[in-house]
Amino acid sequence: MLGYIIRRILAVIPVMTIVAIFVFLLLRLSPGDPAAIIAGDMATPERLERIRESLGLTEPLHIQFVTWVGLLLQGDLGTSLISNTPVTTMIGQRLWPTINIAVLTIILSVLIAVPMGVIAAWRHRTWVDSAVMSFSVLGFSIPVFVIGYIFIKIFSIELRWLPVQGYAPPSQGLWPFLQRAILPCLTLATIYVALIARMTRASMLEVLGEDYVRTARAKGVKEKVVLFRHALRNAAVPIMTIIGTGFALLISGVVVTESVFNIPGIGRLTVDAILARDYPVIQGMILLTSFIYVFVNLIIDLSYTFIDPRIRY
Amino acid sequence: MAAAPQPMSAMQTVLGIFSLPRNLRVGIGPMIAAGVLFAIVLVTACAYLIVPHDPLAMNALQRLKGPSAEHWIGTDAYGRDLFSRVLVGGQVSLLIGIGAAIISVFIGLLIGLVAGFFRWADAIIMRIMDSLMAIPAILLAIALVALNGPSIWSVIFAITIPEIPRVVRLVRAVVLSAREEPYVEAAIAVGSSMPKILWGHLMPNTLAPLIVQGTYICASAILTEAILSFLGAGVSTEIPTWGNIMAEGRNYFQLMPSLIFWPGLMLSLCILSINLLGDTARDMLDPRLKKREV
Amino acid sequence: MLFKKRSFDDAPAILEIRDLSVGLASNGLEVLDKVSIRIRKGETVCLVGESGSGKSVTSLAIMGLLPKGALEVTNGSIELQGKNLIGLSPQGIRAMRARSISMIFQEPMTALNPVMRVGDQIAEVLNTHTKISSREARQRVLDIMEQVQLPNVERIYRSYPHQLSGGQRQRIMIAMALVLEPQLLIADEPTTALDVTTQKQILSLIAKLQEDHGTAVLFITHDMGVVAEIADTVYVMKEGQVVENAPVERLLREPKEEYTRRLLRAVPSLVPRPPRPMDATKDALSVSGLDKLYHGTGIFTRTPSVHAAQDVNFVIPRGRTLGIVGESGSGKSTVARCIMRLIDPTAGEIRIADTEIAGLSRGELRPHRKHIQIVFQDPFRSLNPRWTVGKSLTEGPINYGMPHKEALAHAAELLELVGLPKDALGRYPHQFSGGQRQRIAIARAVAMRPDVLVADEAVSALDVSVQAQVLQLLDELQQKLGIAILFITHDLRVAAQICDDVVVMQRGRVVEHDTAANVLSQPRDDYTRSLIEAAPGRAWDFANFRELEAV
Repeated sequence: MLGYIIRRILAVIPVMTIVAIFVFLLLRLSPGDPAAIIAGDMATPERLERIRESLGLTEPLHIQFVTWVGLLLQGDLGTSLISNTPVTTMIGQRLWPTINIAVLTIILSVLIAVPMGVIAAWRHRTWVDSAVMSFSVLGFSIPVFVIGYIFIKIFSIELRWLPVQGYAPPSQGLWPFLQRAILPCLTLATIYVALIARMTRASMLEVLGEDYVRTARAKGVKEKVVLFRHALRNAAVPIMTIIGTGFALLISGVVVTESVFNIPGIGRLTVDAILARDYPVIQGMILLTSFIYVFVNLIIDLSYTFIDPRIRY
Repeated sequence: MAAAPQPMSAMQTVLGIFSLPRNLRVGIGPMIAAGVLFAIVLVTACAYLIVPHDPLAMNALQRLKGPSAEHWIGTDAYGRDLFSRVLVGGQVSLLIGIGAAIISVFIGLLIGLVAGFFRWADAIIMRIMDSLMAIPAILLAIALVALNGPSIWSVIFAITIPEIPRVVRLVRAVVLSAREEPYVEAAIAVGSSMPKILWGHLMPNTLAPLIVQGTYICASAILTEAILSFLGAGVSTEIPTWGNIMAEGRNYFQLMPSLIFWPGLMLSLCILSINLLGDTARDMLDPRLKKREV
Repeated sequence: MLFKKRSFDDAPAILEIRDLSVGLASNGLEVLDKVSIRIRKGETVCLVGESGSGKSVTSLAIMGLLPKGALEVTNGSIELQGKNLIGLSPQGIRAMRARSISMIFQEPMTALNPVMRVGDQIAEVLNTHTKISSREARQRVLDIMEQVQLPNVERIYRSYPHQLSGGQRQRIMIAMALVLEPQLLIADEPTTALDVTTQKQILSLIAKLQEDHGTAVLFITHDMGVVAEIADTVYVMKEGQVVENAPVERLLREPKEEYTRRLLRAVPSLVPRPPRPMDATKDALSVSGLDKLYHGTGIFTRTPSVHAAQDVNFVIPRGRTLGIVGESGSGKSTVARCIMRLIDPTAGEIRIADTEIAGLSRGELRPHRKHIQIVFQDPFRSLNPRWTVGKSLTEGPINYGMPHKEALAHAAELLELVGLPKDALGRYPHQFSGGQRQRIAIARAVAMRPDVLVADEAVSALDVSVQAQVLQLLDELQQKLGIAILFITHDLRVAAQICDDVVVMQRGRVVEHDTAANVLSQPRDDYTRSLIEAAPGRAWDFANFRELEAV
């Protein structure tokens, strides 16, 4: 058990190393002078020189890499080309709104999606199943910002139930926070719910055809028990997996949603950095989100051992 | 006020398709999807023959106007005809979707076959693919476009790279399970060479799931294009795409929701149809599902 | 042969099935056609038939477990002590399950919930149907686990299914089925997935519990040996109909229906084939000191090393058949796969037509592959479903340089040789039955003109009547072509029919190696003896409807 955990944790190292190499090479191997790309067309020679300096582009490639990784390991993601503040500081200032929204979204999504999927599988080939599947296909088919604008139009502009945009931290009271967070969360949740509900349904359909489900029915246990005690737990591993891999979707959703709803989180930070071509910030965000993704999936991997006693290598 | 109910009613129309009687639903849903998709592809492909206006022609006097006989669904902030722009914009969006699907499936197939069959390559390839998957697709694409410039090919490339690992994993999984099949061992026993087994026995197993995966990638690529444009990291704003039209519309959202609504509707209908067709193909091609139905 | 002889004429009927018909929901095609079966108190009724005869559908119909929307009862009644189960409400059926009728299934591997402790799975039956306290329930679970003769019940209570052996899992299933003392136990091929020695234990356990509790048993099987051992009454099914029913002894001695006679005649005899003269030609295959060690792996966790095969030696002369017999995990398939070089042996020599192949690299091996060919167990997976039969049959010869046209003509001849029409060349595997596919697989192997043919459980997935035909085909081919056959099987009856010599393996080692006649009639090793003793119905000569004379 302990061995398994240690091995899983160690397996993160090569993945993160390769991610770091990707991110490093991304800038260096792109065609043309990276400094010129970043600076844009109107750059003065002084500004170009300053960008080369601050990115360390003057040194040979391998030395650049060693320096860069060295700084990285000390938690130094570089300095913004625009504001001259360290990237870590910028991220630190913007992290909490995003975390709050993301956590709320995940909880909301799982609570909605899993029962939806279970019922769809149970009522396979009925209107309930079709409704769940239609919703899920729709969720995949509408761009997340369009969903956001539709929500704003309906709930904020027409019905005037909720503020149009903005963010209030939970420290200013739960109600103002929820008032502003609920639409971004619902927007983000749409695709996540679609994804999880779909996987829950597929996984449950698979499991409901298994022999042990037949055994459970042959014992005379109630359908509810068959579904939730016998089937769902066996169906859980793929569902957990999709929650983990879907986390990547959530991250890109965050980037979009935060700019639709004007939330001062790391998603907005990224968009601003793109528009300003603030490469160190983009780079830092890619590293950070990849790390979060890998970490979340590590936790999910480890949780398999609690769900399924057969997984213990 | 005027436009708000429209998105909902559009969704209800789409939902209506699914509440048809049970025996019809299986046949009619995909058929409507195919019809819608065909219509969209046809209209966008022939867009320049149909459009009433030059989609690029600006007119300072006609800025942000509502529907009229001249401009059927209104004009944008530069006075360009929205209808013409939406039709022409589909060309680039569809090109990106189809291009990304074909390229990622093809490259993913080659890498996946190698990973699935040669143990020595597997570990290295899969570590690289795991790492690529760890980078959120949008951020990777943003960075790639930011560095390679806002051309169409650069966007296709940026969307393709994050999709490849998913194809590789799929192909590899299929190959790994197929290579345990006795007929593959029998082929080894009758002296077939590795490339021959790979191509003749293993590769055909991947085709059905790849077709399905290809449709999903096509749909998600069109979606990603829109998001990239929306974030200001897509195709150059001079070229109309569904994403670019919506991205320009966001500043006038309160004033003119139709700038987002119409391209959004076209795009969603298109993706919805592709996804539905993908699901249908999967249900038809997945032997396990078929077995359960018997 | 000691048959059960109790009369049930006076015993009350527990279950009475009258004219039961079941059809496909989609097109109404009949799967069961007017099946009538009566099961009386304490009686063991065996339902026998080949695959597709409708035996399992019958059992699922009784339990109300027919797959929803796929199969439905169209006619007839199923009466449990006078109460019709058809048309009962879902609650009514649920209340009946486990309390009045319970069921055990074929695959103990998949029939238990893998993520629930087995004790809890038994306790769930009590919690569902009774109101006893959890302490009391636990005690009753431990009691029933003792009764099904599980060792160390406290520990096993807390185990998950994957931590138990196949036999233990089936005991758990039986405990689960009998904990509420139902009047009827339905057992659907409960021992088919088990080794013979385990099968014997499970069969005698069911018999004992049945005696203790007076339970009636509906036992579904395809194995006539099992029928002879346990049945009071036998129903023979064919294509959804009951063709004959009679007390066991009468059915085996004086079968009335032609179908029953055919079925019985196909059961291979345990009497070994008459030894064939050994023409002292050279050896086609010789194996010496063969070893296969699976190393434990892992840095932080240790999986133990497994010696799958250890110091295996044998030779097969041209034109003769050597059988390797053993239970699951004995290493018999490992040996076959090593010889085929589908896996690499750890040590030892494999000599085919004077070439040592154990040490050759994959590339060096390729020219020698044609000398040794294999036929696998599963006829549904051993042919590429996307290839025509012609393409499958010509793949090998073309690899060795035969022109395409010639290979195709050769393939057509081979099809005739294995008893299939020539036009099969252009067809796809799914258009053939299991037995036909196995013939095609044999033709593919023979197309290479091999010196040695390895048959890895090649008839195990087939019904007995088809099995007999395929065995005969192998025999004919051997006489015509002089091939040496290495026949891997778990089934002593099959081995007795086809093998000249037999190697018995247990846990990777050869425990006995002699002529088939000697191994089967005068086994020297204890393990061999226990294998033979565990073979069900071994005192009966099914094919001739009488006791076996020469045991």
